[in-house]
Amino acid sequence: MATALKIKDAEETTLVGAPAAQGTTSDAKPSRLPRLSRKQLGNIGMVFLSLSAGALLWHIATAINLDFYINFSNVPSPWRVLTAFLGHIQTEIFWTHIGVSMRRILISYSLATVLGIFIGLIMGRSRIARAFIMPYIEVVRPIPAVAWIPLAILMWPTEESSIIYITFLGALFPIVLNTLHGVEQTPEVLVRAVQSLGASRWAVFRHVVIPAALPSIAAGLAIGMGVSWFSLLAGEIISGQYGIGYFTWDAYSLINYQDIVVGMLVIGFLGTGSTAAVKMITKPMLKWQKRTR
Amino acid sequence: MLDVLKFKTPRASDDQGKGQISVKDVSIAFGTGAEKHIAVETTSIDIEAGEFVCILGPSGCGKSTLMNAIAGYVKPSTGEVTVDDKVVEKPGPDRGMVFQQYSLLPWKTVYENVAFGPKMAGHGRVESGSTANTFLELVGLKKFGDRYPAELSGGMQQRVGIARALANYPSVLLMDEPFGALDAQTRLMMQESLLDIWRKFGTTVVFVTHDVDEAVFLADRVLIMSAAPGRIIEDVKIDLPRPRSTDMASSAEYIKARQFCLDTIKAESRKAFESQNA
Repeated sequence: MATALKIKDAEETTLVGAPAAQGTTSDAKPSRLPRLSRKQLGNIGMVFLSLSAGALLWHIATAINLDFYINFSNVPSPWRVLTAFLGHIQTEIFWTHIGVSMRRILISYSLATVLGIFIGLIMGRSRIARAFIMPYIEVVRPIPAVAWIPLAILMWPTEESSIIYITFLGALFPIVLNTLHGVEQTPEVLVRAVQSLGASRWAVFRHVVIPAALPSIAAGLAIGMGVSWFSLLAGEIISGQYGIGYFTWDAYSLINYQDIVVGMLVIGFLGTGSTAAVKMITKPMLKWQKRTR
Repeated sequence: MLDVLKFKTPRASDDQGKGQISVKDVSIAFGTGAEKHIAVETTSIDIEAGEFVCILGPSGCGKSTLMNAIAGYVKPSTGEVTVDDKVVEKPGPDRGMVFQQYSLLPWKTVYENVAFGPKMAGHGRVESGSTANTFLELVGLKKFGDRYPAELSGGMQQRVGIARALANYPSVLLMDEPFGALDAQTRLMMQESLLDIWRKFGTTVVFVTHDVDEAVFLADRVLIMSAAPGRIIEDVKIDLPRPRSTDMASSAEYIKARQFCLDTIKAESRKAFESQNA
């Protein structure tokens, strides 16, 4: 029982570990398996089931060459995609593509994070800055990444810098707007409370405005990461020699249909993974919020 | 048991008799022209150092606005507010505030919330921390120092709020319906506990409420306010002995004071009602 109680969500029964009947032996020897609750295992099972069902439908559609409005005759089967993927992970060039894309994301996203939070905070606290910057955001924000490509190529000295610029723009707007939104939500009573405790303008900013905006900033960072992948791919497809977007488009040009799907799935997993990483990094800053629930 | 002197000593030397509030011909209006709304009509109040004064009135009568002028959040349209002969211009640590809504910083622990004021005053980490512990002990919540506010009940959060305001050794404690959101039992407990803290600490308290019983039970003086425009219509001295306990609710003096307050408010409400219908 003692081991079972160590699990954080105490109300959930444990699968591995110690049913009472096992007694002292299981107490002395902790299980090597990661301790997952029944609910977590259930969720993992569900994900597995859902993906298998999708792969099965995909397999059937390609096996019978389904041609009912949408055409599956040129779509590679899951098996061919898997084989192609396993082949690619043994080549150096495939990892170069992934590495180049990730480096671009890292540079653009870091720039967007620093600048986006900075602009958002300034806009949130100064009415003049807000009135001055807002028109640019409203006009530039709806322009899709693809539309930027021609001008970006003309503007920036290298192809690399134009791709990074496009990716940066994609991440910037959600971060700015969410930061601004967060700052605007600062509860006035908290500002008043710290003022009566002797807080200066800067102290109000540091101890009230920024922490109050953090949940919203964290949401903006997660959204921004998704959008930055979206923009990166647009940039890589049209220009560039490396990158997972280039890989995907190149596969289409070379009629390597299974590689198109490999590229797409890799993009999907990288996007999901990096968004999850952003959430994990921002989580400790919001631990006060978790306890609220 | 806490040593009473522990709290008196730092004040006794230089702060003796501090906390004298004077509201001189203050009126407060919002907006201009046709949209001008007079929240508080020309009012003068004098509150002695160490006095416990309740401002009693219906919702929207301007009692919170008047308090906000003492706190420095609202600038009077005419007249001035002075605390110990210093004109109030902005909020400051000499006037501790306790709000109706929970106003602890949710991202700081209870301990950090109470230590915040002393830190802002330039005290070091150690000194601020020991001040925080002293005041958490005063409100009986030292054990909960490392919790986040959201993990505490409403009554406990308000006690932390009181500790936080007192940790700056303010000469005045301004309380804006601090127990308004609490259930009846908790409110009674909080009232007794506040009187206990006040007795040990001896600071001037201005307490805004719309609850007649609360005002009579707590105050040395009850200032009754009337709405539209807000003005003080009665200054009632409450002669109940101290320390007070909830048993006094059945004493003749308590009933008399309570009845007088109720009658005054009722008469005023009727007048307001009639003038609206005229």
